[in-house]
Amino acid sequence: MDGEANTLPWVRIRGRSFMALVLAPEAPFADWFAALDRQLNGAPGLFADRPVVVDLSGVVDVLGADGLPLAMEGLAARGMRIVGVEGASAAQLAGTPWADLPTNLHGRDVSVDGRPGRPAAAVAPPPAASLLIERPVRSGQSIVFEDGDVIVVGSVASGAEVIAGGSIHVYGPLRGRAIAGLKTGGARIFCRRLEAELVGVDQLYRTAENWGPDLHGRAVQVRCDRGALRLATLD
Amino acid sequence: MSKVVVVTSGKGGVGKTTSSASLGASLARAGHKVVVVDFDVGLRNLDLVMGAERRVVFDLVNVVQGDAKLPQALIRDKRLENLSLLPASQTRDKDALTEDGVGRVIDELRESFDWIICDSPAGIEKGATLAMRFADTAVVVTNPEVSSVRDSDRIIGMLDSKTRLAEGGGRIDKQLLLTRYDAARAARGEMMTVEDVLEILAIPLLGIVQESPDVLTASNLGCPITLHNPGSPAARAYDEAARRLLGETLPVRTPRPEKQGFMTRLFGKRAAA
Repeated sequence: MDGEANTLPWVRIRGRSFMALVLAPEAPFADWFAALDRQLNGAPGLFADRPVVVDLSGVVDVLGADGLPLAMEGLAARGMRIVGVEGASAAQLAGTPWADLPTNLHGRDVSVDGRPGRPAAAVAPPPAASLLIERPVRSGQSIVFEDGDVIVVGSVASGAEVIAGGSIHVYGPLRGRAIAGLKTGGARIFCRRLEAELVGVDQLYRTAENWGPDLHGRAVQVRCDRGALRLATLD
Repeated sequence: MSKVVVVTSGKGGVGKTTSSASLGASLARAGHKVVVVDFDVGLRNLDLVMGAERRVVFDLVNVVQGDAKLPQALIRDKRLENLSLLPASQTRDKDALTEDGVGRVIDELRESFDWIICDSPAGIEKGATLAMRFADTAVVVTNPEVSSVRDSDRIIGMLDSKTRLAEGGGRIDKQLLLTRYDAARAARGEMMTVEDVLEILAIPLLGIVQESPDVLTASNLGCPITLHNPGSPAARAYDEAARRLLGETLPVRTPRPEKQGFMTRLFGKRAAA
C-alpha cells in the first residue's frame, strides 16, 4: 500500500471557470424559437463553441414537465452545446435523452452583449490587488477573489472557505479552508492561529490530519517550496 | 414600535421552539403584546409547547394564501391575555409559504403587537429563510457542542446576507442564547464552555439556559417554563434574556457546577433542590 503510494505520481487538480450562455425558452415555443432564429441569423457565431445552460423554469411553470422535451429538442436542433439545465429537476428529465445533464449547476449571472463584434464599452478600471474582509467569514460562506490577495480581519469558521488568486492573510483563527495562489506563483497563507481543515497553495493541498498537533493553534505560514507544501510557525 | 425577532439555530432539537414560547411568555408577562409565529410548516410543535393544540382552526398557511383572515388564525393564550400564537399548518409543506404572503402577514402583525417572535424551523431552506427574512433582530439558539455551533455560525452568515435588513445595507442584531448548558460537564471538559462558543460565534450573549428536566416537563404539559415554574433556574434565565431583549443591561452569570455535598450525593440532586 505504502509502496504504491510512493511510486504513483501526484495528481494535480486545477480549477477553471468558463462563461456559459443561459437560454430560457418560453411558451409559446413557435414565437420564441422564431425570435431565436432571427437573432441567430443576425449573429451566426454567437453560440459557436459556447457552452449553453438551459433555464427551464419558465417552461416548467407554464407547461409542466411535458414541455421540457419540446424545448430541449428545439435547442438541440439548432446545434446548441447544452452542458447543463437549471429550473428543472433530474426527476423531470428522467427518461429523456437529457437525463444525464447536470441540474445543480452553480454560477452567477454576468451581462453578455448579445451582438458580437462590438468592442467593450469602457476600459475596466484596474482590478483591486487585494480584498479586505472586516467581519468573520461564517461557516458555509465562500470568499473567492481571483485577482489578488485576501485579507481577513477576524476568523474563518469551520466549514467556510477563502480562495485567492494571490496570498491569504487571516488575522484571527483560521478554522476552515484556505486555498491560495490560484493565479500567481509564490503565494502564501498566513494566519494568526492555525486550526484549519485544509490549506492549499499552488495546486497542492493538505488536510489537518497531515500536519502535526504542534502547529495547531499557532501562528503559521504556508508556502509551496520546490513542489512541496511547507507549514512553519511564524513565532 | 414593534419588533420582529427570529429564533433560529440551523440545527434541530437545540430548543428553538421552547425558547420562542418561553421568551414570548416572559415578554408578555412584562406587559408587552406578543405573538409567537410558528414557521415550521409540516412539523408544527409550538402549539403543543404552548398548550393550544386543540384550539387550532386556521393557520399561517391559510393566512398567507388568503384563505383566512389573521384574527381568525390567531390563538390567544388562556393564561396571559396579551400573548398570542399563530400556528403553522401540519398538513402542508414549506413551499406553501411565499415571501410576499409572509411579508404581508408580518406587516399586519406589526400593527397590533409589540413583539413578533418567529419560531424558525431547523435547516437552511425556505422555511428558515422566510422566518428570518423580515426580522429586525435574531436570537441564535445554540447548544454547547461543535455541530450546533458550526450550524449556528452558518445561520449567522445567512442572517447577514439573506434578510431584508441585510440586503438593504443594514445590519441585523444577533444575540446568542446558549441552551442545554451543563456546568458540571463543561467543567469536566466534556462539553464546550461558554467562552469556547463565544470565541467562535463572536456575537453578544443573550443568556445561558441550563440543561434541566423542568424544561421538558413544562413542554410536555404544554406550558412555557416561565409560566409553569417561574422559580426554576431555566425560567429565570429566560426571564433575564427577555429583559435583555427589552434593552436592560444585566450581566450574564455563567452557571458554576454545584458543589455536591454529602446529602446530595446520598439522595441525588432532587434532595438539594
